[in-house]
Amino acid sequence: MNRRSVASVALAAALALALPAGAEERFITVASTTSTEQSGLFAHILPVFEAATGIEVRVVAQGTGQALETGRRGDADVVFVHARAAEEAFVAEGAGLERHPVMYNDFVIVGPGDDPAGIKGKDDVVEALAAIASAGATFASRGDDSGTHKAELQFWQEAGIAPSGAWYRELGSGMGPTLNTSAELPAYTLTDRATWLNFSNRGPLEIVVEGDPELFNQYGVILVDPAKHPHVKAEDGQAFIDWLISEEGQGAIAEYTIDGQQLFFPNANDAGV
Amino acid sequence: MAETSAFALALQLIGAADPVLVEIVLLSLRVTLTALALAALIGLPLGAALALARFPGRGLAIVLANAFMGLPPVVAGLVIYLLLSRSGPLGPLGILFTPTAMIVAQTVLILPIVVSLTRQVIQDLWGEYAEQLRSLGSSPLRAVPTLLWDGRFSLITALLAGFGRASAEVGAVLIVGGNIAGHTRTMTTAIALETSRGALELALALGLILLGLTVTLNALAYLLARLDRWGATVA
Repeated sequence: MNRRSVASVALAAALALALPAGAEERFITVASTTSTEQSGLFAHILPVFEAATGIEVRVVAQGTGQALETGRRGDADVVFVHARAAEEAFVAEGAGLERHPVMYNDFVIVGPGDDPAGIKGKDDVVEALAAIASAGATFASRGDDSGTHKAELQFWQEAGIAPSGAWYRELGSGMGPTLNTSAELPAYTLTDRATWLNFSNRGPLEIVVEGDPELFNQYGVILVDPAKHPHVKAEDGQAFIDWLISEEGQGAIAEYTIDGQQLFFPNANDAGV
Repeated sequence: MAETSAFALALQLIGAADPVLVEIVLLSLRVTLTALALAALIGLPLGAALALARFPGRGLAIVLANAFMGLPPVVAGLVIYLLLSRSGPLGPLGILFTPTAMIVAQTVLILPIVVSLTRQVIQDLWGEYAEQLRSLGSSPLRAVPTLLWDGRFSLITALLAGFGRASAEVGAVLIVGGNIAGHTRTMTTAIALETSRGALELALALGLILLGLTVTLNALAYLLARLDRWGATVA
């Protein structure tokens, strides 16, 4: 073989590898949050949906802010996130169609076991944050415009505190990396329970505050507006949304547990969530 | 300790030929080797041409190729994301969040390495053989295939450097691939994911497997070169 034919074989091989497989696969792309992906929820419920409909669901796990941006740009068919105000804004600006509530889980504050701010056992998140600030105990913030970050900022606002100073560390990271850093500092941080239960590198961290109704974390699902992005797979995307809020989908969500603990609580039929 | 048990876990994963792991390894190899093949097809001739041709702006082209060897993967990823996004100029292709997008990103990342190192190798060879080749009536551009063949050992090292950069990077493939389970999850994005889940032992085990793959590929390249040299001596 001369060099030119070697090169053309190599080129053909490269193209064969690079091009997508011939058969058209039926799939939708869902922009969602790290908490739903990393908690293992999707790995549990998606096979049920795929078996029922033959539609493969490809999940891109991002922070809520980034996931909404992915939807806004038309790079996902469905967004499945947790920040109600931002979701309603997404619908209001015409990026998405109707918002459907799906389920909630809850946030907890975790912190070092020796509890320098003395907040262990409190059930009022705003009081607990105020105590952390006045003790100047290290607090790690996601700082990444995620749903968890938005919730944290909301709690500070309710506490009437504009957090700043050496004790307040903005990490600009996802939930897992923030927990890794918090375990090392150590620091208090706000996390969703699902990610916490799935997280193994806990170090000195433990749950210090939980159970405040304010800590409920509502998830919503929205179809990206096909009028704005004509390539959006409206029919299959809507099928996924319909399934999530159906009895079957809600049941699959409720079934998912880690160590016997239910992580997500379906509430598609509740009013005003 | 995590460090020692990670070794055991790595061996266990390999021994069990864990199907998810096999899929991730195959995807990583497919993406990186395709990117490398494309970068070689474009970069070897381009680098050689840059070494031998004389044109205005050649100095600038060389400086840019050298500088882009240091292109931060996350910047490359972001730019390619914006290009491939449905709202971007190449949106109609619909290849964001696919292996193809990751191949594009890695090709962009390693092309400057292949071009720059090829240019240096060929320029040095031309300096050495210019007179002989000229006396045989060869113009610089027509000497390109001969020079590439002569410099193949050095050029393989250039390609291995490109492979190393592509297989090790996570910033770009994470942005343009989306780390979708079973679809665009590679070794490096899986390692980043397991680290963020606090599963440090599994992350480290995957890292060891990736290192093992890289060492194996480099060993193969080394053996091939030795075989080739030995063949040349015998002939």
